[in-house]
Amino acid sequence: MDFKDYYQIMGLAPDASLAEIKRTYKKLARKYHPDVSKEPDAEVRFKEVGEAYAVLKDPEKRAAYDKYGKNWESGQSSPPPDWDSGFEYRGGQTGGQSGGQNQEDYSDFFESMFGDRFGQEFGSNQSGQQRRPNNNRGEDSHAKVTIELEDAYNGAARSITLQSPEVDQQGRVVNKQRTLKIKIPKGVKQGQKIRLSGQGSPGFNGGKAGDLYLELAFNSHAIYRVVQHDVYLDLPITPWEAALGATVKVPTPAGSVDLKIAPGTKTGQKLRLKSRGIPAKTPGDLYVVTQIVLPAADTDEAKALYKKMHDELDFNPRKALGV
Amino acid sequence: MNDIILQGVLLDEDTEFSLEEFCYACSSPTTWVVTLVEVGVLDPVNYQQISLEEQTQWKFSADSLKRARTAMRLQRDLGINEAGIALVLDLLEEIEVLESKVEKLSKTK
Repeated sequence: MDFKDYYQIMGLAPDASLAEIKRTYKKLARKYHPDVSKEPDAEVRFKEVGEAYAVLKDPEKRAAYDKYGKNWESGQSSPPPDWDSGFEYRGGQTGGQSGGQNQEDYSDFFESMFGDRFGQEFGSNQSGQQRRPNNNRGEDSHAKVTIELEDAYNGAARSITLQSPEVDQQGRVVNKQRTLKIKIPKGVKQGQKIRLSGQGSPGFNGGKAGDLYLELAFNSHAIYRVVQHDVYLDLPITPWEAALGATVKVPTPAGSVDLKIAPGTKTGQKLRLKSRGIPAKTPGDLYVVTQIVLPAADTDEAKALYKKMHDELDFNPRKALGV
Repeated sequence: MNDIILQGVLLDEDTEFSLEEFCYACSSPTTWVVTLVEVGVLDPVNYQQISLEEQTQWKFSADSLKRARTAMRLQRDLGINEAGIALVLDLLEEIEVLESKVEKLSKTK
């Protein structure tokens, strides 16, 4: 377990004022909020900053942290036995279900310092009770699964591992891992959700368990682009196929098909293969976008052919430019 | 250890949530969801037919769920008010559209 330098995480000096800490937190929270941020590690940074702020905004926790931080030796796994002597904690353990933002996600370092004492007490303004409609049903939970485009054509089974925070007998929050195998039905699209009844958080006092919502996301594909239910493919063709027309083999996620290229086809033309997109209730289409590729003039034969075109074709692609 | 393959329900275009189900799914109180409807962040699919007094009859599409959950996080984590959330969500959607256009353009180059 590593020591966390909360001042460094927030880019603050150790003597920063409370006003400065609040202001910095607000700026960083906007910068790294996972819904808004384009930073690649936004989610991790957002959690770190939230954890640092939870300590530094609270004068008592901050004082304990300042004292403890000095005596931390690397490799140490838990605080010295009397590290917190002389500090008095308000609030203490309140127990109960989670009240605010993701405190179950705080680091081991945080847990070892503040876990037992502070338990669940902080977080956003006690919205827990208010948030839950008033019965004993467990909360719904949410997770993401990434799948391949081919899975949307054929259906698939995927295993996912979920971390779910649970409250143990001592009232502490522990992360429990569980693995579920999920059937991915045919015809799904990006961002769609699957609901698994009763796979969310357990209910209270015999109440029903919540539901689990899985959001589907496609891994980016080497050759296809997906827009809703439609699939796009860039298809390289030769100049003579484009000029004279041809029948060429085209891959689709469901196997290759023959496609007719009309004479006089240009680069960037969109050819629609009806219902060859994702096989949803209303199947999507597959769009083939033509890309004319020139052969390299790297042999004498190829050079001679280009030369022949130069000599025999009256072709000026810059006519419209007036030159 | 566990070889059972779970089969869920795919929430497609035709899936509708009742107000109660919807509030559960986005872990939000009813009052918050009603506020989001009032400021136009969420559109119940049958909003036209149902008056504001009959909110319990509202039905929500599965697509709204993502919006509602993002709205909930923006309010909780950044303290943004309803009007701000509406604006952020609209801008995020616009960015998403623009980004997919950029991606398309840079791929065909």
